Amino acid sequence: MTETTRPPSFQDLILRLHAFWAQQGCVILQPYDVEMGAGTFHPATTLRALGPKPWAAAYVQPSRRPSDGRYGENPNRLQHYYQYQVIMKPSPADAQALLLDSYRAIGLDPLLHDFRFVEDDWESPTLGAWGLGWEVWCDGMEVGQFTYFQQVGGIATVLPSFEMTYGLERLAMYVQNVERVYDLDFNGRGVTYGDVFLRAEREYSAHNFEHANVERLARHFADAELECAALLEQKLALPAYDQCIKASHLFNLLDARGVISVTERAGYIGRVRTLAKGCCEAWLAGEAADSPQLAAV
Amino acid sequence: MPEFFLELFSEEIPARMQARAAEDLARLVGEALAVLNPSGAISFCGTRRIAVRLQLDAGVAESRVAERGPRIAAPEQALAGFLRKHGATKDMLSQDGDVWVLDRVVPGVAAAELIARVMPGLIRRFPWPKSMRWGGTSTLAWVRPLRRITCLFDDVVVPFSLAEGADDGHGLVASFLSEGHRFLSPGAFIVTSAAQWQAELRARHVIVDAVERRAIVAGGVAGLAADVGCSIVEDAGLLDEVAGLVEWPVPLLGQIDPAYMDLPAEVMQVSMRVNQRYFALRNPDGTAAPYFAFAANIAATDGGAAIIAGNERVLRARFSDARHFWDLDRTRTLESRVAALDAITFHAKLGSQGERVRRMVTLAGHIAPMVGADPALARRAALLAKADLTTGMVGEFPELQGVIGSYYASHDGEDAAVADAVRDHYAPKGLGDAVPTAPVAIAVALADKLDILAGFFAIGEKPTGSGDPFALRRAALGVIRIIREGGLRLNLAPLVVQAGLANASELIEFLAERLRVQLRTEGARHDVLTAVLSQGIDDDFARLLARTDAVAALLGTTDGANLLAAAKRAANILRIEDKKDGPHEGEVDPALLSLPEEQTLAACLDSVAPAVARAIATEHFAAAMAELASLRGPLDAFFASVTVNDERPELRRNRLRLLSRVRAAMSLAADFSKIDG
Repeated sequence: MTETTRPPSFQDLILRLHAFWAQQGCVILQPYDVEMGAGTFHPATTLRALGPKPWAAAYVQPSRRPSDGRYGENPNRLQHYYQYQVIMKPSPADAQALLLDSYRAIGLDPLLHDFRFVEDDWESPTLGAWGLGWEVWCDGMEVGQFTYFQQVGGIATVLPSFEMTYGLERLAMYVQNVERVYDLDFNGRGVTYGDVFLRAEREYSAHNFEHANVERLARHFADAELECAALLEQKLALPAYDQCIKASHLFNLLDARGVISVTERAGYIGRVRTLAKGCCEAWLAGEAADSPQLAAV
Repeated sequence: MPEFFLELFSEEIPARMQARAAEDLARLVGEALAVLNPSGAISFCGTRRIAVRLQLDAGVAESRVAERGPRIAAPEQALAGFLRKHGATKDMLSQDGDVWVLDRVVPGVAAAELIARVMPGLIRRFPWPKSMRWGGTSTLAWVRPLRRITCLFDDVVVPFSLAEGADDGHGLVASFLSEGHRFLSPGAFIVTSAAQWQAELRARHVIVDAVERRAIVAGGVAGLAADVGCSIVEDAGLLDEVAGLVEWPVPLLGQIDPAYMDLPAEVMQVSMRVNQRYFALRNPDGTAAPYFAFAANIAATDGGAAIIAGNERVLRARFSDARHFWDLDRTRTLESRVAALDAITFHAKLGSQGERVRRMVTLAGHIAPMVGADPALARRAALLAKADLTTGMVGEFPELQGVIGSYYASHDGEDAAVADAVRDHYAPKGLGDAVPTAPVAIAVALADKLDILAGFFAIGEKPTGSGDPFALRRAALGVIRIIREGGLRLNLAPLVVQAGLANASELIEFLAERLRVQLRTEGARHDVLTAVLSQGIDDDFARLLARTDAVAALLGTTDGANLLAAAKRAANILRIEDKKDGPHEGEVDPALLSLPEEQTLAACLDSVAPAVARAIATEHFAAAMAELASLRGPLDAFFASVTVNDERPELRRNRLRLLSRVRAAMSLAADFSKIDG
């Protein structure tokens, strides 16, 4: 960052990233309206990564990690935070350069800071997905995750996507030189991140760890699983996928409540993966039906 | 000789794969161009490239080769296959003795032509540990996207394309262009020779020699440490990795906020090494120093001030996390955490961690007296051994399980032996890891491992050729090493039964097999162990090994080697003759011992056999072997002068019985037929 100018506020960071990726031809989407653990779960990434149609999108996704709740007491950890997600399919040849330009756009100068691409093999067992890429480091801090998608829903990607995930709070803390997430300047006019989210972190931490009703969560999980399967019978890939995301989040909540054993854990992950796989297959089948010329692919 | 140069320029290659890839590249290029007599290969690797330079012949001249084919008497198909292979017809063949010969012309080839022919396949199928696809036009997979190929022979570009059939190979073609540092010297430059490439890269902020980069990092961080009166905590693995993460190493020194210096040194080091790739520093007195060293990949415009400040902040955030857990965890005793282990499943069929701990408590108390430990302390340590799994610190740094528990145990005022055992009971964690040596730690470490082994064997989860998901081989090797290195005397079978596996023999056999594999790994006589084991498995491994060592020592002597040969001869004769009319067991009739050599052997056996049995029973294995060695002379003399298969059946039978007694006496020590050689 150039030290003379004021660093971007939290919302300004998002606006600059939107402007930058819109310039690169990305569709700027709004957050998906189902609770999820990471921006990758958004159908704009999971489903669109499949099949032969080109696609480029960028969006902010609220991400819920129930186990990471710290009742607002930890300076770095949140059970609800924002990811900025970019997907470009097929991966452009200059993906790394684009990414570095995006950091320049938010005030991080690679001639002043130490940017690195450090090996990181990404895998999501619940989505049956994996890819190779890097953690992007700036002065020893991970400021993003860069992945070339190889498989999603157990299906190999025909056109490998480039996926970039920025952890917005962490990036903002770095850019603003703030040590505690709740001290982040949210809007450049006196509103802090804590003003907006501290109470939510406390209440949701209590919910995630103490009060979420375990029996009802387990029931909701089973319901989502049944609903997903029923919708897949009707070949309704997108509504079915919503249920898959819900099941995944319910599993995360059960996990935070500490009631899932190591072996049960594998079982739950396997059940969500089966749903994800079914949704991905249904999505691809629908794509082929939509465009007869793709049916052969 | 003209020089060949190849550079493969890609997006960032994982540090841990670079050195191996450079070696593979040099080897594969050498193999592919073998006919050009490659020599003097030098390979290079770095964050974004692997490269090789070597000398080659300018080409291969046309030559004639006489290909020897099938025998003339061979079936028709053999000849047809030979002709097909060489695209020849029968009239082109001549005869050499009873073999068909094809006088074949091998056309000459220019080096550049051969290079262009073999390189695309070599590059496309480069053996990366893990490859990926990218882009939209090619299925070519590489470690990360390959962006440029530079290929020169005799300083001239050798053009070739990676396209293969309909696949465009990402449009990659070999050229004379390379790139320097991503930020400090962006853009391409022209390569005219390997030497110019290396010099130009240096000018463009890339040190392409990994050894030189490593030396710059090592020397740089050592110098920075010395500047503040400290030294670097040696870490060769970290040095290698860091050298693979930077093209232009700029060593820098950061400070640790003194507020965090009371964190356990292990916590600081794991956080710095694993998460950040920082070097830890220590004071002259060996204590942790409030600094860290690292290598940036850029000479920043502000001299590195922003980079140092950034890295210090990152570390502060990490330590602040650790401090949070450290303070929070210690508001409760370790003992008060034991109950929570009941809620953590160890394995669906083996119950909770709490149940496992209760089993370990019983077992450790049982083992304690056998290893000289106080049973009460061993039980206490076993009770607390897993309690740190419920702490925030272990949640954050799983690799510090045990270490954290040990700190908390000390904090709670537990006995030092208990705290140490909580830390050391996981040991040995790997081949290079030391085994616990304190008695209480030994008791708990054995209880920990035997519980895992007995538990998983009891539910039928044994390791298979392809998988060992519960790391039972490592646990078995841990048991073996603790016993061997501690010289421990204990019978494993009853302990295994105590650990809940009613049928101990299968697990004891598994342990014995791991012992055999371990001896083989060490280059020791594992065949001797096999020979000893085939006489029945002794579950006291110290005794088993003492016996094995004695047999191996015997075989290392001239007497032993000769005895082995004679014993094998005896066994062979018996095997053959037993098939005809055996077995030839039973009393030797002294009256039928007609020759002095057989009388001497019989007399020797009369004294040796009981002496060997006695010596083995009292664990005087060296003495037992000395007794056996005394058989060598009489046995050699016997074979030199006595015909076993005498025409007279009663003499033959008696002599076979005598050999049978030899075999029986030898078998008291081991089954010598299992010995190699």
